[in-house]
Amino acid sequence: MKSLSRFFSFFLALATFFAASLFPATFVPAAELELTNVSYDPTRELYESFNKAFQKHYKAKTGKNISVVQSHGGSSKQARAVIEGNAADVVTLALAYDITAIEKAGLIKAGWQKSFPNNSSPYTSTIVFLVRKGNPKNLKDWGDLIRDGVGIITPNPKTSGGARWNYLAAWAWAHRQYKGDEKAVKDFIAKLFKRVLVLDTGARGSTNTFVQNGQGDVLLAWENEAYLALKEQKGKFEIVTPGLSILAEPPVAIVDSVVDKRGSREAATEYLHYLYSDEGQRIAGQNFYRPSNPVIAKEFGDRFDLKVNLVTVDDPIFGGWNKVQSVHFNDGGVFDQIYTR
Amino acid sequence: MKTRLKNKTIPGFGLSLGITMAFVSMVVLIPMFSIVLQSSALGWSGFWKTVFDARVLASYRVSFLCSFIAASLNCFFGVMLAWVLSRYRFPGRRIIDGMIELPFALPTAVAGIALTALYSGKGWVGAFFADLDIKIAYTPAGITIALTFIGLPFIVRAVQPVLEQLDPVYEEAGRMLGASPARIFRSVILPEIVPALLTGFGLAFARALGEYGSVIFIAGNMPFKTEIAPLIIMSKLEQFNYGEATAVALTMLMASFVIMFCINVVQSRAARFVKE
Repeated sequence: MKSLSRFFSFFLALATFFAASLFPATFVPAAELELTNVSYDPTRELYESFNKAFQKHYKAKTGKNISVVQSHGGSSKQARAVIEGNAADVVTLALAYDITAIEKAGLIKAGWQKSFPNNSSPYTSTIVFLVRKGNPKNLKDWGDLIRDGVGIITPNPKTSGGARWNYLAAWAWAHRQYKGDEKAVKDFIAKLFKRVLVLDTGARGSTNTFVQNGQGDVLLAWENEAYLALKEQKGKFEIVTPGLSILAEPPVAIVDSVVDKRGSREAATEYLHYLYSDEGQRIAGQNFYRPSNPVIAKEFGDRFDLKVNLVTVDDPIFGGWNKVQSVHFNDGGVFDQIYTR
Repeated sequence: MKTRLKNKTIPGFGLSLGITMAFVSMVVLIPMFSIVLQSSALGWSGFWKTVFDARVLASYRVSFLCSFIAASLNCFFGVMLAWVLSRYRFPGRRIIDGMIELPFALPTAVAGIALTALYSGKGWVGAFFADLDIKIAYTPAGITIALTFIGLPFIVRAVQPVLEQLDPVYEEAGRMLGASPARIFRSVILPEIVPALLTGFGLAFARALGEYGSVIFIAGNMPFKTEIAPLIIMSKLEQFNYGEATAVALTMLMASFVIMFCINVVQSRAARFVKE
């Protein structure tokens, strides 16, 4: 009995502690405006510095304080959260397909991709190889990856937006290499994925597997993610830009139904427009995303290989996200056929 | 039956049953029913095709096998741990006792990342086994380790109170009658703890079946080899394919229910045996 009452008093103390730690937060004088930006995994560092710059800009322009709440996760998981009621004013996701899913749920108006310049993609990226220092397996291009004894690390295209770009980049290279012979391309992709050692569910997980846990010889990664790994682990890795890769255009959009309810359309529009300003573009470049403004991109010319051949998902060999998703990634699609017995 | 009528501590049988039913409906029954409803959109043939797809079948095998091995391992180590904690007094016992629940409190993703770092070819434990040409992380062995980690508290917390209540005079009597330590364990201690052990096993096994967060980091997630059923469900959800995701979930649920039901039957038999 005694121990029971002791348990209850402990529990009560704990509950009081939590209650006390919760409440002060509600009494902090709130910023006059708040925006929620639902984004994907590797943009953490980018939006951390961008939000600070935007707050200053917004205060200077309108005299109002604004705060931005960030949320990060796998791109399609984030899209699902928004569809299921996570009230985001803006979404900044890894691929247009995920924003289209929100559009289909009726939260974003059709034609969102024309609302902002450059297919609503303020920054772009591409897929590169991250290899161990000195490139011991001498991996120069996609063709080298299917050699015997090469271990590849990539996330799973079924669960990761970034991995879909990996897959498409490999496909684009093979399509050029084998002059459009579909069977040869499929064979190449199958061989490539047979060399994969670990299929993580997201891009950050794969980076962790390759960098921290030392698995595999090459990581197929977002360019920005690869540079981040390079910065954090100096002298241990190298970046190899393949001869042909994909132009990844992570798009942004305003969630119409949310901003109309909250009356935050003006601030949300300003937020996304500011991504295209010179300062926004520079912040993107500093965080290893390729600025869409060619003038600013040139400033980062020593960082990015601007001459690399890039194919977009709207290229005739792919025909846009809807087609790519149903042909390649849906259940029973080309990707699944690699893993059948 | 008499005891129920006399027991008036909690007011009114009708009221308490009503509250119980309402609570269970809100928290368990209605969500379960929505799973059935969602998957029924597929129709019979679609349901069948999804649930018995070769790759999905392989994932059930990985899930059930690894969960079963993990829960069995926990039975052994969990009883040992409970024994040490309840029978001996040593410095630091309270700390270890408190640490048993850590696997519950720790976010599972953190556990997964930590275990992977430890058991991959570069980690402390993994490097040792790598020299012997044994891979742990990114194989079913790695999955089993993650599931053992999250299941341990169930066994310890189920068995520990029983061992604490067990009067040492029975063991003493056995010793006086000339029984060997092994015999005492088998004939005196084991029958007492079996019902609790089965409960703990059932809980640990069920928890392991549904575990996602810690496993995906250590599993490698290769189709047919180290892909767990919850991952199949997740990847179907990522494609906005709710029907098929819930179909696989429903199958897992049914299988788990059958297994848990069997364990419960065995457990109540064992409990009755102990009382007699």
